[in-house]
Amino acid sequence: MFAFIARLLAAPTVGTALAIGSLVAVTSGVVGAFVVLRGQSFAGHALGDIGTTGAAAAYLGGVPVLYGFIGVGLLGGLAIEGLGERARDRDVATGIILSLMLGIGALLLYVMTQGTNATGGPVAILFGSIFTVDPSVTVPVALFSLLALLLLAFLYRPLVYASVSPQAAKAAGVPVGAVGLLFMLAVAIAVEESALVAGALLSTALLIGPAAAAVRWSRHVGQAAALAALLGLLAVWLGIALAYQSYFWPPGHRGWPVSFFIVMLVLIEYLVARIGRRAPGRAAARREAA
Amino acid sequence: MRNLEVAARPGQPILDLHDVHVALGGRSVLQGIDVRLAPGELVGVIGPNGAGKTTLLKIILGLLRPDEGSVRIAQRDVREARGLVGYVPQSFAPDPDLPLRARDLVALGLDGSRWGFSLGGARRRAKIDEALAWVDAARFADQPVGRLSGGELQRLLVAQALISDPRIVLLDEPLANLDLRSQDEVVALVGRVAHERDVTVLLVTHDMNPILGVMDRILYLAGGKAALGSVDEVVRGDVLTDLYGHHVDVVRVHGRILVVGGADAESLTCTTCDA
Repeated sequence: MFAFIARLLAAPTVGTALAIGSLVAVTSGVVGAFVVLRGQSFAGHALGDIGTTGAAAAYLGGVPVLYGFIGVGLLGGLAIEGLGERARDRDVATGIILSLMLGIGALLLYVMTQGTNATGGPVAILFGSIFTVDPSVTVPVALFSLLALLLLAFLYRPLVYASVSPQAAKAAGVPVGAVGLLFMLAVAIAVEESALVAGALLSTALLIGPAAAAVRWSRHVGQAAALAALLGLLAVWLGIALAYQSYFWPPGHRGWPVSFFIVMLVLIEYLVARIGRRAPGRAAARREAA
Repeated sequence: MRNLEVAARPGQPILDLHDVHVALGGRSVLQGIDVRLAPGELVGVIGPNGAGKTTLLKIILGLLRPDEGSVRIAQRDVREARGLVGYVPQSFAPDPDLPLRARDLVALGLDGSRWGFSLGGARRRAKIDEALAWVDAARFADQPVGRLSGGELQRLLVAQALISDPRIVLLDEPLANLDLRSQDEVVALVGRVAHERDVTVLLVTHDMNPILGVMDRILYLAGGKAALGSVDEVVRGDVLTDLYGHHVDVVRVHGRILVVGGADAESLTCTTCDA
């Protein structure tokens, strides 16, 4: 066991993977708790998908894909939140922006596959590439994470108020629209960072999964955010270890993708949380009977 | 229209709406509403759908400016009086997994609109505990709200609205979707808010019967107009016929009041009963 961990940590790519993976897990977990609270999973998923377009453009332009993901994610977040006032409008707006951006993304990915030396690019963007991430993006990832977490800390109370009871929040003077817009920027950062680790298609796994498991075991939002961050860390660390170990596994001894392990571990966390938590509503019934 | 307002209690009114006109999307919703309420009055706001009940609440909350007329709260402009009005919105049905305790819900009314985290503190906690105790919610203070009954939630929302010490509290359909026992509990609580704390309460409801026992006056909205007075003064065939602009009968059965409209139409419709 210790020998395995020592070997793991000695591998040069693993250090970067663990550093970036940990930053992403914490950011996604904390932001995800609010995404689940607000029922905005679809918007989160859409942001991950449209990030593909930015990442492909960045790749073609020779820039680290992180900047493509985040740039397009921030714009997409503003567009989604800005276009639809009501929840239903927002879903439609999200769907339209999603298909538009994926259309452009499909073109860019196609161009990438035509270029020389770029065959791994589309796969890395869509399914993650944490072992091949450029170590120089560690510091930008840390700064973006810090920005997202500071934004959430600043928004904390009005965001909870606006999420739980938008009408009462509005009446109390909370700028509900502006709070939602700023929150969407934090979501964009979290999702696009996750895309770097788990790939654009699976980026919401780290955003929604740990948070959805955490809310079932938490009594308040702060607790849910902390627990989601821990569950995210657990999934990322174990996922990286398993992916590293999988170089010794069949079929090709070339390693299984990290995103596969992370998604499976997140799913297990969620199922355990679901099964382990008693059915809601009984507490009130008991008090009524008493 | 006739001015049906009876003399308010002595002293200055806490809420003073004068000749308020509002049109929304080209449709005239309120056409010259006058409402003056004294501190500690419990007023039931009754009227058919689309009569402007929600519009009236938005005006008092300062979320909507009337096209004409003035709205003053404690002799101040409504925009300067935001902290004086507490609000319990309609239909709060949290998800069973919502990670929020009863005390967190109440705390939002205290400082939910301030940026950043709460640093806690003994005084804040004492204030929240006091608000919880006042609505008899202390024993489920640390329960997640998603696991509370409808009546328990309404009591928490009242605590949330009261914790900032408002002079006026607005409740939008607080009795909807409650069983009879919970309705009675909430009605008794709202009565205490007005009569023990001297807070003016406007309670919007589509059925006046549950609040007949605690209501001081009734504000009946119909056809863009309003009638304000005691139940006996307002809920009368001639007054409501004038308000609706067509014939309306008021029927009293076993202490309950039914307002029946459309006697000259093909079918009878009960405008204020449960559908």
